[in-house]
Amino acid sequence: MITQRLFTGGSSSRILVVAVILAAVAVLVPVLHLAVPPSSPFHVPNYMVTLVGKYLTYALLALALDLVWGYCGILSLGHGAFFALGGYAMGMYLMRQIGDRGVYGNPILPDFMVFLNWNELPWFWYGFDQFWFAAIMIVLAPGALAFVFGWFAFRSRVTGVYLSIITQALTYALLLAFFRNDMGFGGNNGLTDFKDILGFNVQAPETRAGLFAASALALALALLITSAITRSKYGMLMIAVRDAESRTRFIGWRPENVKVFAFTVSAVMAGIAGALYVPQVGIINPGEFAPANSIEVVVWTAVGGRGTLVGPIIGALLVNGGKSWFTGVLPEYWLFALGGLFVAVTLFLPKGIVGTYDAWRAARRDAAERARTKAEEDAAPPPVDPVTGRPARNEDTAKAPSSDLAGGPAPQPAE
Amino acid sequence: MSKSGTILYLDGVSVSFDGFRAINNLSLVLDKGEMRAIIGPNGAGKTTMMDIITGKTRPDAGEVYFDGTVDLTKHDEADIAMMGIGRKFQKPTVFESHTVEDNLVLALAGPRSIFPALFHRRSKAESQQIDDILATIRLEARRNDLAANLSHGQKQWLEIGMLLAQDPKLLLVDEPVAGMTDAETEETARLLKDIAKTHSVVVVEHDMHFVRELGVKVTCLHEGSVLSEGTLDSVSADERVIEVYLGR
Ligand SMILES: Nc1ncnc2c1ncn2[C@@H]1O[C@H](COP(=O)(O)OP(=O)(O)O)[C@@H](O)[C@H]1O
Ligand SMILES: [Mg+2]
Repeated sequence: MITQRLFTGGSSSRILVVAVILAAVAVLVPVLHLAVPPSSPFHVPNYMVTLVGKYLTYALLALALDLVWGYCGILSLGHGAFFALGGYAMGMYLMRQIGDRGVYGNPILPDFMVFLNWNELPWFWYGFDQFWFAAIMIVLAPGALAFVFGWFAFRSRVTGVYLSIITQALTYALLLAFFRNDMGFGGNNGLTDFKDILGFNVQAPETRAGLFAASALALALALLITSAITRSKYGMLMIAVRDAESRTRFIGWRPENVKVFAFTVSAVMAGIAGALYVPQVGIINPGEFAPANSIEVVVWTAVGGRGTLVGPIIGALLVNGGKSWFTGVLPEYWLFALGGLFVAVTLFLPKGIVGTYDAWRAARRDAAERARTKAEEDAAPPPVDPVTGRPARNEDTAKAPSSDLAGGPAPQPAE
Repeated sequence: MSKSGTILYLDGVSVSFDGFRAINNLSLVLDKGEMRAIIGPNGAGKTTMMDIITGKTRPDAGEVYFDGTVDLTKHDEADIAMMGIGRKFQKPTVFESHTVEDNLVLALAGPRSIFPALFHRRSKAESQQIDDILATIRLEARRNDLAANLSHGQKQWLEIGMLLAQDPKLLLVDEPVAGMTDAETEETARLLKDIAKTHSVVVVEHDMHFVRELGVKVTCLHEGSVLSEGTLDSVSADERVIEVYLGR
């Protein structure tokens, strides 16, 4: 029972290992793609680079969700919105890079605006010809939306199912808004036909390899940052808010501030994921705001194990790998399979893959610990409980639930 | 009545839930440094009174003052906690997925904003404080265990320890010995008497044996107002008290 703190031992070294693997993959895959001839069995083909690169951005999105859901208890069903906003910010930059190479050859206006008979660039498209400006917007747009949304929602003490529903409503509202042509984001076609990113052809193998590496490194970095956040005193506070919100309030903390911060950081991560996703898939359209997308992110996170950081990454990669395979074999049934998977995980693997593994390891350690104390006890007279003065009872602790940061104990009301 | 010299001053406080008067014209004054035991049958409004003092429930009428000057009805839970009122809930409420030590770290007095918490490093002084509190609540041996694995009584102590870590001026302690063994109950009485040497304390408790052990002034609540007040002997001799509470 002394070893039950998951964060101190296994899991921080595990995070380091995963970050190093991601960094290695960031180097290795581009090398195997570019430097190894296609005839070699070690060659990584073009489609693989793009596919896995896309999955890595999904993994980053799942990691972002884990920060708020796994650690702070905020089940956001609208994280796809932040991903899409980051994606649109990147898409706007890519659109302006097209310049006069569009179908209509207008040096300033993207094709869809010419098509709509617009004569001037809307004000909110200014600056997007500069990458630095787009980079700021990639962070700022989702971050500001999350901050404002969180400020009102958490201050009004909206929690649980109600909060989930309004996050879902948020992404749905954005879906409807972005579908409209006069919003100025390309309507239902979205933004596409990109040519260059930072002067490199987006289709070129080197660029694809570079985007892949950027995605893997961004994920590794985000993993290290979220790990540092969750292990800080603030991270402890997030878990405290998740498990006993009003207790934190009565010792003087403001749970709404804890949540707003986590929500904003998480939205920024999601936005960066979206920005890395768009140049790899070559399009961003309002479909990315679809409520079902946000729900899929929840499934990835649950499958991998919420509150474990590494779990959601594994979940996103596995489920999307499965999706690619499944949609190849039985395309019509993918949504049923996804739904079935979620039900199965909820019923049989409530802590997800990594959470279940951790629980199993903790249980084994406990058993070993018990066996050792029992052996010592048999040799010596029973130790006396310092509090009650009675013989200490080991069963007390043995029967208690083992540590489980993944699911955590059932959230308790304050009284 | 004068508010000066009081740590807690309630006058004419009423609150209704859907027309039901849980607190009815309640007046109660606690002097600085005093420990008070509050008794009363279930539903008398003891917990609701604590809800009002800690900002969880707004009273419909009446004055609630802290330290003679602060109008508590104008502040929220976090503010009130920071002013120096600590509260132990009726059902022990600790952070179950944190260790005993980390529970105290979170409660320890200090800045309550996000960025200091992000970059917090534990100071020597803080470690010392935590050691002291662990010794006071006798949980040194369980320091690194998850709070979830504590016994019911130990959770109660941990919660009292969290109150101490907050370093409040006034402690509100709701049914601290519920579910405790006799030995644990005695230990808790000793602990609270010790705390009362340096703090003002309000203890709500049913256990008469425990209240006698505390040996302080007793207030009996009934249907949201004070029924009787005085020494335990005089209160338990009061016929109205016997009728509503002790007689049953
Ligand atoms: N939030 C609430 N909503 C409705 N009724 C409440 C609420 N809080 C307390 N009550 C009612 O007020 C009365 C007093 O409750 P409480 O203060 O918990 O009593 P005690 O702690 O003395 O046992 C009870 O009848 C209870 O049902
Ligand atoms: Mg009560």
